[in-house]
Parts: sequence; C-alpha cells; structure tokens
Amino acid sequence: MAAKTPLYDKHLSLSAKMVEFAGFLMPLQYTGIAAEHQTVRSRVGIFDLTHMGEILVSGPKAEEFLNYVTTNDVSKLISGAIQYSFLTNEAGGVIDDILIYRVPEGFYLVVNAANTAKDYQWLLSKAPGGVTVQDLSQSTALIAIQGPNALPVTEKALEAELAQLDYYHFRDLPYHGEQIRVSRTGYTGEDGFEVYLSPQLAPRLWDELIAVGLPYGIQPVGLGARDTLRLEMRMPLYGNELTEEESPLAAGLDRFVVFDKGDFIGRTALMEQETAGISLKLVGFVLRAKGIPRHGYNIIQGGRIIGRVTSGTMSPSLQKGIGLGYVDSAHAKAGSIIEIEIRRQRVPAEIIKGRFVTKK
Amino acid sequence: MEVRKGLLYSKEHEWVQEINDSVVRVGITAYAQDQLGDIVYIELPAINAEVGKGDPFTVVESVKAASDVFSPVSGTIMAVNETLEDSPELINESPYDEGWIIEVKCDDLDLSDLMTAEEYALYVEEV
Repeated sequence: MAAKTPLYDKHLSLSAKMVEFAGFLMPLQYTGIAAEHQTVRSRVGIFDLTHMGEILVSGPKAEEFLNYVTTNDVSKLISGAIQYSFLTNEAGGVIDDILIYRVPEGFYLVVNAANTAKDYQWLLSKAPGGVTVQDLSQSTALIAIQGPNALPVTEKALEAELAQLDYYHFRDLPYHGEQIRVSRTGYTGEDGFEVYLSPQLAPRLWDELIAVGLPYGIQPVGLGARDTLRLEMRMPLYGNELTEEESPLAAGLDRFVVFDKGDFIGRTALMEQETAGISLKLVGFVLRAKGIPRHGYNIIQGGRIIGRVTSGTMSPSLQKGIGLGYVDSAHAKAGSIIEIEIRRQRVPAEIIKGRFVTKK
Repeated sequence: MEVRKGLLYSKEHEWVQEINDSVVRVGITAYAQDQLGDIVYIELPAINAEVGKGDPFTVVESVKAASDVFSPVSGTIMAVNETLEDSPELINESPYDEGWIIEVKCDDLDLSDLMTAEEYALYVEEV
C-alpha cells in the first residue's frame, strides 16, 4: 500500500493525476506539465515533497562521523548553513545525494525518498558510539515554494522576513505554535524555499500559501514538472545520473568531493579514479533535430555506441529535446556532435557545457 | 472526457471514423490524450506504408514518456495529418477533429470487433 502525504486530499480536490513514487501516492501533474513548468519559471509554484526523507544525526561524535560517511567537508559547514554532499560506498559509488543542515540539535539530512530506508540503515550500520541516528521522515512534511515570486509569497504566508536568508541557508521559525524549518533551497534553478513542518500543520500552510499566492500567480506543481525543471538546470537525479555504480567524479560533481579533509568511505577508490582518469563522463546534449531523448537510449558517434542516456525530455523552455548521459570520456568534449538512437533513427545532438537554460 | 458519438473505438483507445466504404480515419481518444498529458512530439508514419491491425503505427510523446499508437485496422496509409508535425498539441486540444492522425484504406473493412461510443464510454469507466 502506497502511503498518502498529509496533502493527499488537497491533490485530489485539485484534480491531480496521482502516481505511486517511492512508496507514496504523489501528484504527477495538476493542469499539465508544460503549464506548471512555465508557472515556476515565470511566477511561483508550490510542491508537496513530503516523500523526501529527513534523518537527524546527533551526539558528540556526529560531525566526525558524518565527515567519514560523506564526501564533502562537514567541518566547513557553519551553523545555519546547508551543504550538498554524497554518501558513497567503498567503491566510490553514490549511495545517495543529500543535503546536510547544521542545526542546533546536530545535523539534519534531507535524502531522496526512494533511498530513505537504505540511507538510514547504512548510517546506523556505520555509526559508532556517541552518534545517534533518527529517521524523522514519518513526522515531517515538506512543502517547496519555487519561482521568481517565491519570496513575497513565503514571507506573507509565514509572516517572516526572508530576504536576508541566503541561498543554501535555513532558519527555524515559529508557525501556529510550532517550530518549523525554512531553507532557501530547491531543485528548479529558481529562487525559492523549502519548508519542513509537522504533517498536522502542512495542510494549513498549503492553504495559506495558495491564498496569499493568488495575486502572484501561484499554482501547484507536480513531479512531472519537477523533473523537467531540474533537467533544464542540469541537476542530477538519483537513480538516473547518480547510482551506486557511478561516482560523483564521473558525474562531474568533483567540487563536492573533498580529498584533503581526511579519510572517508570511498576515498581510496575515488582517489584512484582521480589519478587514473575516469572512463565515463556525464554530458549534457541538445538535439539538433526533432525527437525526444529518453532514459536508456544509446548515444552513438562514428557508428559506435559510446554511451547511454540517463535522463531526457522535451525542454519546455527551449522547445528542443535535451538530455544527460554517460559517454566514454574521450568523446565528452563540449561542441562535439553525437547521435541519439531514438527507436530506429539516429538523431544528431550537440554536447553542451553547463545548464541548458540560463537564469539571470 | 468526451466520447464522440458515431465513431468506433478500440481497447487501446484509438477512434475510427468511416470516411467511405473502404477508408477510415484514425486518432486517439480524449481519454487517451488526457492520460498521456501534454503531447510534444509525434513520429508520423509514411504515406503508402502498410499497417496491420494491432500493430504500432506511430509514437506520440508527452513530456513524460513515449507511447505507441496501435492501428485498429489493416490496410495502407493514404494520408497523415502533417499539421501535427509542428502542432502535436492539437491531439490534446482537438482529439476527434484537428488531432486526427492517419487515414487508412482497409484491406477488408471489418469493424465488427470495435466498440460503439456507448460501449467505449462504459469501458473507460471501468479502466
């Protein structure tokens, strides 16, 4: 049985098309992916992300422990700030990509829904004495507000000044008798906030956001547009770009791997990769003709398969097929022309550097 | 979701309209386009291509996924709706009119196993 989020009834009353995702019944779309995508790019959208997992790591040795199980440097994380990082296995493969918040009670980890149980078990199995690991997912709802109008809408709904809250920082605020957590983070490439609160209060915040957001053009946004929004910004998705078989280095995310911080799980393997050079590299590409790349399609060059597509879609902003995929690193140069095998046809595409859509 | 009276329907959610005693027009139903979501691309078949009953003859792609469209009849494709090449969203906006996909000259016009509008409306309710 798939779990329902505290906003399930809201989604039904908004005529959402519901799908099962990571054990939860989640809204795929309300009015349509393209319209919802546009809402976030030009106005403001709200998302129910309650399926995401939250894990608290605390105790006197929590920092030392987290620095050993993640790739980024937790000692550099200051109070009130958030760090993007990876849990890696001994082979350097990605167990999950996570956010780490340095909170008063320890470290608050936000993890992918499909990985919550796996991450929790992994952390428990590695945790020494002096470290407590708690899965808070069941008692935590998550609502994201994303888009150029996210600031005034969130400020009004929470009755708080948030303009001074920097990107990748958070603040704990009172809201209807509860302490809630608000961070300036997101997965859309737009300005925005993510709000963690109890399941009991989530429907109230949802309603208040919609009420104050109406003059700002607020609309609910489902998982379908969440995927196109992140892909246009070249943000990786666990299960597609990031897997236990690929390393953060292959995914081009080496800035989140800090070798000189001391030992961590996967460091030896990752160091070897760094020295020897990686064989596969993640690239972004734009189709030069009609067609839509999809997960699993072959990437061809000179008549030879050089890689595979990990994510692809029709970019609502560019109106072109875009995608990400791993290719032999010898063929990963920006500007190179490759072909994507779409059913029986080979459609030319160009490898590009950076995001597909640039924001001011 | 509209189920247009006077058309015949397949279990795979295609509609069939008799143009004359050997040619039919084929598209996907309002229910099918709603299930697919925003259609952003269609790979149209070639004119004069042979299609077999139950075989995929085209692929429509929404933002989310690519889906085969199956031919409800056997025959030769006489016409394709080329407007869809640049405006695939017509399938969403007007599935029974401007969003038609192909016209087929049937080898043997036997539509007896297709559903009537009334039958299809019931069928969709049960899906």
